[in-house]
Amino acid sequence: MMAADSGVALLIVALAVGITVARSTFAAVAGFLAYGLLLTLVWVRLHGVDVALTEAAIGGGLTGALLIGAAARLRNTEAAARAERSGRVVHIAAALAGVAVTAVLAVCVLTLPVPAPSLAREVAANLAATEVGNPITGVLLAFRAMDTLLEAIVLLFALIGVWSVAPDGVWGGRPGPQHLYDPDGILAYIARVLPPIGIIIGMYVFWIGADQPGGKFQGATILAAMWLLTVMAGLTDMPPISRRWLRIGLVAGPLAFIAIGLYGAVAAGAFLAYPHGFAKPLIVAIELALMPTLALVLALMLAGAPQRSALR
Amino acid sequence: MNDATIFGLCAAALVGLGVYGLIVNPQPLRKILAFNIVGGGVFLLLGAIARRGAGAGFGGDPVPQALLITGIVVAFSATALAVALLLRLHDETGSVTLSSDVPPPPAPAADVDAA
Repeated sequence: MMAADSGVALLIVALAVGITVARSTFAAVAGFLAYGLLLTLVWVRLHGVDVALTEAAIGGGLTGALLIGAAARLRNTEAAARAERSGRVVHIAAALAGVAVTAVLAVCVLTLPVPAPSLAREVAANLAATEVGNPITGVLLAFRAMDTLLEAIVLLFALIGVWSVAPDGVWGGRPGPQHLYDPDGILAYIARVLPPIGIIIGMYVFWIGADQPGGKFQGATILAAMWLLTVMAGLTDMPPISRRWLRIGLVAGPLAFIAIGLYGAVAAGAFLAYPHGFAKPLIVAIELALMPTLALVLALMLAGAPQRSALR
Repeated sequence: MNDATIFGLCAAALVGLGVYGLIVNPQPLRKILAFNIVGGGVFLLLGAIARRGAGAGFGGDPVPQALLITGIVVAFSATALAVALLLRLHDETGSVTLSSDVPPPPAPAADVDAA
């Protein structure tokens, strides 16, 4: 399998070169989508199926969709941007900086300590106490639950950041353009047929995450994608960001997470600790509360800042 | 040479390439792309290190793998924020240059705020 691994590694590096030197921004973004898919393949090869799912859903999928949208909106600046080029000195200095970074990292990779430090044994020894079968979920929601809580809050802050670049006149309005509904269009057809299937797959990926690869982030991304599909087909519209249900939905997940954490401080002696025998129900409760919030945040982040007044 | 070493070296190359692209591409969107290439490289490096920590029946150390999932999601939110800033810059000035030499064209008179 070494030849296959080396081949994939070379392909990824070649793709990264292509993305870096491509003349057209659109071509570069298309290359980035392929880059995300190849990285997904590498995660499977490195025995990180959970990471592969996240990479496919968020690293490649959502980020790719975001960049394609941005490239399309900035298309009229492409010609002016091409005229602007870095000088020869900058090119040489940048190449030297890149080679230096690569060289230092390569030396680090080749001189990593043997035997490799690992927490796998500790995770295996303590996983039974969390009552979940998937070690990644165990780490995310029991051993390092604080990271996951802060991550959910970072996502919320990033969304507030995205919203806050809106012009004053449309603050509280709807994000993204109004999509026209074409009753005979293929998009409207797909947006009717796909969501029921997508919602079930999303919920399955979420539910199976306790014991098998999967989880709330990957499941929430699928739900967000289904919602955005119906918006793009014009079947529904993005809600104005001033809607109360929307804002409650956005903070409900992190607040439930904090509440369960505080309950742990009272019942088990530490913030985010779970009382004996209640680990699995509390973990599932946190995931259930976070899932709708994550789907909302991810979809709204992709939709961007408000562009239209709430009245229209 | 095992799979962790191969993808570790691949990650080193990706980070270097991303740094190069970040410096030489004057377009902000291309810089965001380059930044994501660096991100992919850093994640891959951590993934290779996680693979070396395989043991106790796991194909990789689950702790860095879980951190990777957190990292990928946070990288997406940072990219979304950068893109939102860039699109607002475009709406405001009609161009997306970061250069201080070229004065940006004046903003359209009919400002959105006045509407």
